[in-house]
Amino acid sequence: MTRSEDRLTAAFVAVALVALFGGVLTGFFQALEHAGMDVYPSTPLVKSYYHSLTLHGVLNVLVWTTFFICGFVPFMTTRALGRPLALPGVAWLTFWVMLGGFVLAAIPLLGNAATVMFTFYPPLKAHWAFYVGLTLVVVGTWLVTWNLALTWRAWRREHAGERTPLAAFMGLVTFAMWTIASLGIAAEMLVMLIPWSLGLIGGTDPLLARVLFWFTGHPIVYFWLLPAYMSWYTLAPRQAGGKLFSDPLARTSFILFLVLSTPLGFHHQYTDPGIHVGWKLVHAFLTFAVFFPSLLTFFNVVASLESGARARGGKGWIAWFAKLPWGDPSLAAQVLAMLLFTFGGIGGLINASYNLNLVVHNTAWIVGHLHLTVGTAVTLTFMGICYWLVPYLAGKALWSRRLAQAQVWIWFVGMIIFSNTLHRLGLLGMPRRTMIGAAAYVQPEWKALLPLVGVGASLLFLSSLAFFLNLVLTLVVSRAPAPAPAVPAFTEALSGADHAPAILDRWRPWIALAFVLIAIAYGPTLVRLALTTPFNTPGLRVW
Amino acid sequence: MAAKRGTTVYLYELAWILPSFAIPVGMLVALVVTAFGAGVHLPGLERRIDPTKVAETAPFDKPGLVEIAPGQYEVRMTAQIWSFAPNEIRVPAGSTVHFWATSKDVVHGLLIPKANVNVMLLPGQVAHAEAHFDTPGEYLIICHEYCGIAHHTMAGKLIVEARR
Ligand code: HEM
Ligand SMILES: [Cu+2]
Ligand SMILES: [Cu+2]
Repeated sequence: MTRSEDRLTAAFVAVALVALFGGVLTGFFQALEHAGMDVYPSTPLVKSYYHSLTLHGVLNVLVWTTFFICGFVPFMTTRALGRPLALPGVAWLTFWVMLGGFVLAAIPLLGNAATVMFTFYPPLKAHWAFYVGLTLVVVGTWLVTWNLALTWRAWRREHAGERTPLAAFMGLVTFAMWTIASLGIAAEMLVMLIPWSLGLIGGTDPLLARVLFWFTGHPIVYFWLLPAYMSWYTLAPRQAGGKLFSDPLARTSFILFLVLSTPLGFHHQYTDPGIHVGWKLVHAFLTFAVFFPSLLTFFNVVASLESGARARGGKGWIAWFAKLPWGDPSLAAQVLAMLLFTFGGIGGLINASYNLNLVVHNTAWIVGHLHLTVGTAVTLTFMGICYWLVPYLAGKALWSRRLAQAQVWIWFVGMIIFSNTLHRLGLLGMPRRTMIGAAAYVQPEWKALLPLVGVGASLLFLSSLAFFLNLVLTLVVSRAPAPAPAVPAFTEALSGADHAPAILDRWRPWIALAFVLIAIAYGPTLVRLALTTPFNTPGLRVW
Repeated sequence: MAAKRGTTVYLYELAWILPSFAIPVGMLVALVVTAFGAGVHLPGLERRIDPTKVAETAPFDKPGLVEIAPGQYEVRMTAQIWSFAPNEIRVPAGSTVHFWATSKDVVHGLLIPKANVNVMLLPGQVAHAEAHFDTPGEYLIICHEYCGIAHHTMAGKLIVEARR
């Protein structure tokens, strides 16, 4: 691979890490507030709890994830294909478009002119630069898709009849899925929010905006997760000393994600008025369907890790687990991420369950859930990736392996405390997105648990500091070792790519099927809303 | 499925595919049974309302509690920054309460923990939820969607009184 491409990945990852730092700092402040320590009067930059929470959501789930993914996935895809990106100039343009968008959105965001949460539900009305900036970030991701698709086409011309290498296949599926999914948010921005924030149209409609938002808002979680899965499938088994159990099953699950990720966003809107309950039930069904590829992934990855542990002398049904190479912080981070993700998955099923959702919707339970999924399964995996990626990109040894080993366990323990407490608070009826320390209705049984939110968050924050310190010292203090730090090799498979049905390597049928399912699940509601929505809700700035 | 039939890998693949399929299907069946069997009601398609004219539109021109039949109550409720109207509701134990609610400004939420009332209040939409109250006591009514700088102050009470 050319150094220019490594530099591109480095640029994306650098922006991502800066965002994550802002994200964990604001998260820590929020948790302190819950635990009874309101720090906001002494933070001149962060004006209020809600300003903090908006920064936290945007920086973590819109910037940290997206920028990391746009650096990491092309890196993996080009390596797997053994060729550079088809359009290197466009790749850099993409970076600048996305960075420009981020900066544009960051100006009103930091200035408290866009304190609308990362979901920006109208009629809360942010400054136009916030919407335009985020839209540019999305446009940038489309440019990545285009570049990856052309790169694959060039590879295909030279490799007719061969199976696409697994990592490249996963990279392409990730971006194809995301590009389809992002049409909802793009429509919301371009047709509703941008013209409205610029004063070109007078009103908006909260329901239509939410439908378009969640069209993208659910599949975006697969956009975050699939790159983590890519690492679990194609790198982690080898890092564990084993082989991937089944390449065809891995491909099958990714194709299912491509097809099933989008037509199920109503599970975020079970409690919304204005959507027919029949369609809500259809989306509930499809949500359970997408659980199938998740379980396939779980079994496949665990069996692959097991093969590594057994090769290292692991025995028994469960005891083999101890024989994983825990000393490797990159692998340890990912295995711990998977462990917590199991609970995230179970919780997700409860959220998706139509009726149980009535108990947990918009309570602290959801906050507990999402810190297990995007906050750990994704984030801790990406941290684990950073432990080899940053040394490789910098050409320097990781500053301290010891500190990294401690860091991942502190995150794990901190997250168990933090997330478990929030789940319980949610079941006790505590709402999310709320400055609890200042609320008049705090119940005694919440009060008893709230300090634990602070304890868990303190461990998480400590862990984050250890992570950043290690990376910074790697850059400024560490020396270049000989041999230079390498990228983990791709995993071999026990049941290899040649066993995979050829149909899995075709794009059109699956993308067409995805659109058909979307048309069925969303078509009638979208058409009805398009025909009947009056756009008569005025915007408000109430923060 | 993919590996050669009869090989160990093939058997293992099967051993995963089947439960991966069976678990969600089982959960789904459980869901359908409880959703219909237990008569859980989600908010659905009701009607639109002009969000700028809520105060002039019946029944929201007179927010409050109305007894529509013995033991059956209707609450006509508006949500606005940062309060509910009415913000205190009293019903006797054993009542079924129908909530009809909408928002006058931004998105709010209506959460009554322990009573399974959980619904979003969107400007432009009339929302419906219902709950049955047997146990006397004080129930919290909480706005559980961010609605601006004083969102955490937006709450009310529903008091279920013991029957004499
Ligand atoms: C030091 C680590 C972290 C701490 C202490 C922390 C803490 C918190 C707290 C206290 C809340 C808010 C509760 C509320 O009022 O509802 C929150 C919300 C949230 N956090 Fe974190 N968090 C951390 C890391 C992360 C990471 C790494 C991610 C994702 C990559 C993340 C994603 C979110 C999201 C999406 C929300 C919901 C925001 C919203 O409601 O708009 N957090 N976090
Ligand atoms: Cu979802
Ligand atoms: Cu509120």
